[in-house]
Amino acid sequence: MPQGTAKLTKKSQNAKPITRAPPSRKESIVDALILSRLQFAVTTYFHFLFVPLTLGLSFLVAIFETAYVRSRDEDWRKATKFFGKLFLINFAVGVVTGITLEFQFGTNWANYAKYVGDIFGSLLAVEATVAFFLESTFIAVWFFGWKKLTPKFHCVTIWIVAISSNISAFWILVANAWMQHPTGYVLRNGRAELSNFVDVVTQKFAILEFVHTVGGAWILGGFFVLGVSAWHIARKSHVSVFTKTFRVAAVWTLVFCVFEMFQGHLNAEILGSTQPTKLAAMESHWETSGDVPMYLLAWPDEQNEKNAFQALPIPGLMSFLVHYNPHGQVAGLKDVPRQDRPPVLPVYLSFRAMVGLGILLFWIAVWAFWKRDSIEKQTKLLKILPWMIPLPYLVNQLGWTVAELGRQPWIVYGLMRTEQGVSKIDAIQVATSLGAFFLVYALLGSVDFYLLWTYARKGPLPESHPTSTKA
Amino acid sequence: MLETIWFAIWGVAWAVYFLLDGFDLGLGTLFPFIAKTESDKRIMVNAMGPFWDGNEVWLITAGGVTFAAFPTAYAVMFSSLYTPLMLLLFALILRGVAFEFRGKVDSAAWRKLWDCCLVFGSFLPAFLLGVAFANLFAGIPVDQDGVLHGNLLTLLNPYGLAGGVFFVTAFIHHGALWLAVKSEGELRERARKLAFKLWFVALVAAVAFLALTWIYTPLWQNLFTRPVFLALPALAVLGLVASPILSRLGKAWWAWGSSGLFIAMATLFGVAGVFPNIVGSSLDPAASVTAFNSASSTLTLEIMLGVVLAFLPVVIAYQAWVYVKFGGTINQESVDEGPSY
Repeated sequence: MPQGTAKLTKKSQNAKPITRAPPSRKESIVDALILSRLQFAVTTYFHFLFVPLTLGLSFLVAIFETAYVRSRDEDWRKATKFFGKLFLINFAVGVVTGITLEFQFGTNWANYAKYVGDIFGSLLAVEATVAFFLESTFIAVWFFGWKKLTPKFHCVTIWIVAISSNISAFWILVANAWMQHPTGYVLRNGRAELSNFVDVVTQKFAILEFVHTVGGAWILGGFFVLGVSAWHIARKSHVSVFTKTFRVAAVWTLVFCVFEMFQGHLNAEILGSTQPTKLAAMESHWETSGDVPMYLLAWPDEQNEKNAFQALPIPGLMSFLVHYNPHGQVAGLKDVPRQDRPPVLPVYLSFRAMVGLGILLFWIAVWAFWKRDSIEKQTKLLKILPWMIPLPYLVNQLGWTVAELGRQPWIVYGLMRTEQGVSKIDAIQVATSLGAFFLVYALLGSVDFYLLWTYARKGPLPESHPTSTKA
Repeated sequence: MLETIWFAIWGVAWAVYFLLDGFDLGLGTLFPFIAKTESDKRIMVNAMGPFWDGNEVWLITAGGVTFAAFPTAYAVMFSSLYTPLMLLLFALILRGVAFEFRGKVDSAAWRKLWDCCLVFGSFLPAFLLGVAFANLFAGIPVDQDGVLHGNLLTLLNPYGLAGGVFFVTAFIHHGALWLAVKSEGELRERARKLAFKLWFVALVAAVAFLALTWIYTPLWQNLFTRPVFLALPALAVLGLVASPILSRLGKAWWAWGSSGLFIAMATLFGVAGVFPNIVGSSLDPAASVTAFNSASSTLTLEIMLGVVLAFLPVVIAYQAWVYVKFGGTINQESVDEGPSY
């Protein structure tokens, strides 16, 4: 384990000659740490506003195009083009904001990069080589290839895009899972070195994290199609197209909502043995004990290491969820010293909100599935569904908050603390780039959501370029 | 040995990236100088359309290769080049969305905004990458801990600036040749003529850069100790010299390929000359980050070698197929009929 804090302090004495009046070297590292964390949080949250729709909608568009190739029904072609256009508007921002994350491991987290690059770096390189090339090359083939490829082959290219973007997610999530639960490594030469590649790639934590993340993304894609289709059906616009897409999305969404709940439980369960402190923070559970109930209402009081308020216990439920035994012992937050605990309140609230909203989405998915064949007449459902589109976005972000904030104070769980990973760079540089990210991302986000909003409401358009219609 | 192989892969990844993305960065930079009408602009954007995104993945891969094979080099390089890399990033972000966004709203002001992003976002990466690589060739003031003693201005030294100019001129020449491949009629003639003019500019910049390289870096001396690698600058010269001849013979594809050879070989010349340094230190040679003191474990290098050998040929094959499939010329009609940006 690197002796980070001591090392950083020692380095602070032989400060480099800096031209502008600097704060003491140590202070500037602390600032760079906070700013770098903030910058990573901002850029990751932003990136993940676009990724889930790419992962989910790509499959749905692929299904629509497959239906077109099989039936030669123009409705399916319109559906493919329409949702394909929305897919591309979303994809553009998702793809460019991903590079930011890869770069930051080097720019802002250089000590982390040195310490884990042997494993973590290779996973990112595999991702680019195996999946990202395919995705980026074939998305263009799909967009530009409508006339150049046979319909069947054209359809194959969107499947390549869908599958490769999800494979890409797999490698990224394997890398993240390694930060959550490092395995297959030895500590040698002052860093973590790979000892078993298969372990790293196939560990249960990684597989569960993958299915949970893509599951959430697929649900988001489903709600997106449901919402947009409902909006048009309610306005009697292209009803025959949108009732078709609605039916597919209704089945899709319900299937993955059910799937998500089951493996979501497995994701929490595995934390009992891999990240007990995170689990305790998610449940605001302080004292290690058996027969742990789950309180439907609670409010953590971190100062006094207890819940300020708790009510409505379901006896033994938490023990049961972790051990399938209502008497099982569950580790509490007080098992580890304060400085080794994540911030409890945001982790606890994010987890509760994620589960609560997830269950709400499940019931809406049941409703949509139930009424899918008479959807034109379901005025209430048609009104509600477009408003539901933001919810899965929120749920996805909450899930990442639980996963990443709950991992703190570790950058690699139990192995390297976050403050040990940061680069020795001037805080002013980070402050400047952070400011620029706020500015540029605010612009990009507004423009992209404006375009999605506009094009989603336009519905299927005649097939010519928007700027050439006047010519 | 493994480290050396990985150093070569590292160099090749950058060379392929510059050779491919070079033309669309260059064409993006030339945007306001060639396009006279909106139709010209649309043709230029769509001439890059099917390719730029796949090209850019080579940058991600070159970065990923650095991270995977030489983690310490990745850490030192990226943290010490913080500001130029962030500028590069913002430029590439704005440029990337510009392709998708510019045609989405029918308004001249809207298109102008994204055209600016495209031009600025193409020029800046070309320039910054040149500055960064020139500085890596010459060595940068990093200490034993990999901390840079300086800032962006330190990197904008005469040799760094020469590197930036060299990259920009090589890329815009490459870009003009690509437009001559993809366009038709009067636009194609304009692109061809411009390419001839730019060839002289690129030639002057290249000669100046190579001469400065002699003064500022040990690259040439290193190569003379391994004379076989002198083939690299020779091939670069061949590529540059052949390109206008091929263009005059009406062989647009070959002229473009020849310019690509120039860019790739010039990159490999630098990479071979700087070996085994990845980030040379100008403060203390002992503080240099090399292929040997920054490499990953043997196991990682072996596994990654397997991955790269298995997958990169496939990547190259399907990307080559895309160039063939979408390499035909485009004109106002085909762009209007779509699908197009």
